[in-house]
Amino acid sequence: MEASVGYWPVKEDKVFALQSQQTHQMRQNYIYRPQTQPITHTTDPIVTGTSVLGIKYKDGVMLAADTLASYGSLARFREMQRLEKVGNSTLIGASGEISDFQFIMEDLNKVMTQEFVRDDGYNMTAPEVYSYMSRVMYNRRSKMDPYYNALVIGGLNAAGAPFLGYVDMYGTTYEDNQIATGYGNYLARPLLRKYQRNDMSEEEAKKLLEDSLRVLFYRDARSTNKIQLAKVTKDGVVISQSYELETNWDIGKGVSH
Amino acid sequence: MTSIGTGYDLSVQTYSPDGRIFQVEYANKAVENSGTVVALRCKDGVVFGVEKLISSQLLEPGTNRRVGAADYHIGFASAGLLADVRALAGRARQESEAYKQNFQTEIPVRVLAERVANYTQVFTLYGAVRPFGCTMMIGGIDLNGPQLYMVEPSGVVYGYYGIAAGKATAAAKTEIEKLKLSEMTARQAIFEVAKIIYRVHDEVKDKLFELELAWVCQDSGNRFQVVPKDLFDQAEAAAKQALEDDDMQE
Repeated sequence: MEASVGYWPVKEDKVFALQSQQTHQMRQNYIYRPQTQPITHTTDPIVTGTSVLGIKYKDGVMLAADTLASYGSLARFREMQRLEKVGNSTLIGASGEISDFQFIMEDLNKVMTQEFVRDDGYNMTAPEVYSYMSRVMYNRRSKMDPYYNALVIGGLNAAGAPFLGYVDMYGTTYEDNQIATGYGNYLARPLLRKYQRNDMSEEEAKKLLEDSLRVLFYRDARSTNKIQLAKVTKDGVVISQSYELETNWDIGKGVSH
Repeated sequence: MTSIGTGYDLSVQTYSPDGRIFQVEYANKAVENSGTVVALRCKDGVVFGVEKLISSQLLEPGTNRRVGAADYHIGFASAGLLADVRALAGRARQESEAYKQNFQTEIPVRVLAERVANYTQVFTLYGAVRPFGCTMMIGGIDLNGPQLYMVEPSGVVYGYYGIAAGKATAAAKTEIEKLKLSEMTARQAIFEVAKIIYRVHDEVKDKLFELELAWVCQDSGNRFQVVPKDLFDQAEAAAKQALEDDDMQE
């Protein structure tokens, strides 16, 4: 055994570092799995956002989400913006793994920059962003390395008509007049289906989304009452500041203990 | 003006006895034969003007643009071989994007100019490749205000208040020196650039040409923008008018 010379990396350290690098690389191939199973990477989200809601209304499209990023059952980041704009006519909202959403935004911003410098007279609008994201998400799913998100993509198409679509980590896509992710699928969708109309005014749309998010706050254990609304109209994209929903817990008084 | 570097000019790897690299000088010839490009750095932005020589009436106007964006806040205009311009512009765009990925901030104009210059210089080292046959003016607005740089085929880059390249470089530079750039706004500079391009354009040798104007300034939201049509038409009309007034004076 050689005498240590006292500075890093000592020969033994180098060997150890190399070994752990090799082990890391080989690990995926040697984790026990049946031969028929593919190599998997991230399939468990860590920092997550809950439901995102979206509806079409008279002037365009409105999206809503709360501003919470949970760390399991811990309400960790309470001012997390989960609605982002992409260019001047598209909004994207994400539930699921926040880091994947942040990376998706990096990628989309890169795409929008390339569109800008290309300057070919075409603008990427909501349906194109939706199509692009659906390809990205499906490709990742097919590699068993998903972006662990459910995305709501809303905006105006090139003709100025409202567009609203959903893309998730499996690559499932659909378009509709109202979209909900996560618990919103179960709790908000009945409300949205009943009250959403394509000719709603902005106030009616705002009230519907607020009421739906309030219901979610009452019943979804990974939500808060601090929310954000965002809209896309022909005047562009506007994302509101976060604000708190009024809640009523009087029903608690009627509960006998 | 032209010197023949017999024997020492076959490859960019070779120096001449008097310390010149003839291949790089020949690359500059490609720039000198192309339409004039003018760029000005003024009080609130940078403006670019290009005399785009057209070889045929059949070419669609507005195509084969010699100005473009490298990023939202930086634009370029270039004289020389158009294909080389496109390759260099592509590299500039990649550098901007990579910088944003690494440092989460827009690339400063000077950094981009130096990166493009370093890239250009590499092609003056090896016999297997040829130097870029284009001079690129890179201008934009960053935290240090508006800035303008020019990269030549040799890979040198300097900062400028006003610069020209291409056919009528000498005449254009004379015109630029008359201007008080530090007191001019971009909107005024657009008119001046259009005038200069029209003045230095040689009606006899090159009949057809198209004017291109672009800017990065306060009026464009500190973003690169091809000058909007109404302002462009005004500037072009004023330039034509100035030319007529010159003729009348003669």
